Amino acid sequence: MSALQAKELTLSYGETTIIDRLDLTIPKGKITVFIGANGCGKSTLLRALARLLKPTSGAVLLDGKEIAKQPTKEIARRLAILPQSPMAPEGLTVLQLVKQGRYPYQTWFKQWSDEDERAVERALAATRLTELAERPVDSLSGGQRQRAWIAMTLAQETDIILLDEPTTYLDLAHQIDILDLLFELNEKEQRTIVMVLHDLNLACRYAHHLVVIRNKTVYAEGKPEDVISRQLVKDVFQMDCQITYDPIFGTPLCIPYGKGRRILQKEGVS
Amino acid sequence: MLATNRQKMVGLIGLLIVLLAAMWMSIVCGYTDTSWRQAVAALIDNNGSNAHLVVATVRLPRALIAAAVGASLAMAGALMQALTRNPLASPGIFGINAGAGFFIVVMVTFFSISSLQMLSWVAFMGAAMAALIVFVISAAGKDGLTPLKMTLAGTAVAALFASLTQGMLAMNEKALEEVLFWLAGSVAGRKLELLAAVFPYLAAAWAGAMLLARHVNILVMGDDVAKALGQRTNVIKAAVAILVVLLAGGSVAVAGPIGFIGMMVPHMARALAGVDHRWLLPYCALLGGILLLMADIGARYVLMPREVPVGIVTALLGVPFFIYIARRGIAAK
Repeated sequence: MSALQAKELTLSYGETTIIDRLDLTIPKGKITVFIGANGCGKSTLLRALARLLKPTSGAVLLDGKEIAKQPTKEIARRLAILPQSPMAPEGLTVLQLVKQGRYPYQTWFKQWSDEDERAVERALAATRLTELAERPVDSLSGGQRQRAWIAMTLAQETDIILLDEPTTYLDLAHQIDILDLLFELNEKEQRTIVMVLHDLNLACRYAHHLVVIRNKTVYAEGKPEDVISRQLVKDVFQMDCQITYDPIFGTPLCIPYGKGRRILQKEGVS
Repeated sequence: MLATNRQKMVGLIGLLIVLLAAMWMSIVCGYTDTSWRQAVAALIDNNGSNAHLVVATVRLPRALIAAAVGASLAMAGALMQALTRNPLASPGIFGINAGAGFFIVVMVTFFSISSLQMLSWVAFMGAAMAALIVFVISAAGKDGLTPLKMTLAGTAVAALFASLTQGMLAMNEKALEEVLFWLAGSVAGRKLELLAAVFPYLAAAWAGAMLLARHVNILVMGDDVAKALGQRTNVIKAAVAILVVLLAGGSVAVAGPIGFIGMMVPHMARALAGVDHRWLLPYCALLGGILLLMADIGARYVLMPREVPVGIVTALLGVPFFIYIARRGIAAK
């Protein structure tokens, strides 16, 4: 199984440093979620881990070898990334999209194999898109569209899957649908999943490992129940809150202070 | 839209037949209408009569050039739209026509070159030079070759070359007379040798485009997705740009600047064959050839007995099409 690591990683856009000498090891076979305030560099870090962004200094290691020094096609067979809000060309069908996931396996001589065919069928089945395979991607709902893109990354058949805010623009039901799908993939096939999420409570519910980014580096990491505290939320988001526990899952639940209607317990529903 | 591979293959064969029919019409129709019997005789057993001579030295080269140039411009347009991810893009965005025009005017003004053969090479060089400048400018900077940077750099370079050309023409009326014929864009009055000289480059680019089609399908998904799938996007982009220069540069060398074929035809091809470039590119080639042949035949009849440059006919077709695509794009958002 492939292992992903960042060593003294520094990332910058022009003169601005986004991530400064960051060290991080992504646990194998677990779900890791990056959280942090807007603009803290969590998406930038994810992109660098997937070699979409060149480090200013330091390195990303895949199986102990520097990712920048390995053939990019070979990496695409071990690590997949779904960028934020990707756009499919107008008229591209779900099946055509998912088939693109086999690109890293194709060569001049071997363009399409039975193995490719099976991988695409598995990816469609896992994302419940078999019925919609012939539909154009742009005719699908937001949730279905995101499932189609995830199916493309699944067809890559990689140990590691990175996703940049896979639940953006989705309603709550579809957010849960996508996160359940990723959770299942991890449970059943032990795939390593790394993603950026905005919702702290959903992050706590689905992540085995939480990585909190602040001040251009890792501020805290570990199990959500060990990491999340009132002080941490205050430091990272500059927001006062109360931490309680999810009544169903028992995972940390963050309730922000601030303004809002207040209904007294005895007047409201018990 | 044609759904299955079988249907697409049948469609391709159908278009090939239409292309051959259009070439035949191009040989037969015109100011001196030729009977098909005479045309066959002229091609198989030329007796040197005036009618036979017209077919073999005027009509046949004209039909072949229109088919080859139309096919090349349409393929170049499809590749350009993929490269810039812009549905309104055409080879002109690389400044190819403007660069070719500028080089020709410079050569005519300062070196008094006037043979069409020489000018065609000059045009090819100008096209390549303009594309190279656009490519280098847009490759600079941190994000590399983004579609937006390519479009902006191309538009700026095209505008620069166009105004330099106009400035030189305004000061030198003798040159104006000599190059006006070339600047209008036409497939008429070109000898077959002119096409023969450029044909190897066009044919190599047709083959190259078909070999790259699979990679272009990945490129149009956007830089991030293409890189994530293990594509070396800068290598593919450079290869596609070279193909565009060969196709559009070769076309401008033979026929001068002919607009709108490269922008229009890919949309027609997409409506028929979908977005897979392995099918889209051959459909573009056939449809482009057909469209330019038909436009050229039309150009003979608009102001009979005089002829209109075919570039004007394609512009008359292209402008409403351009507006239609632009409006559809706005409505979709």
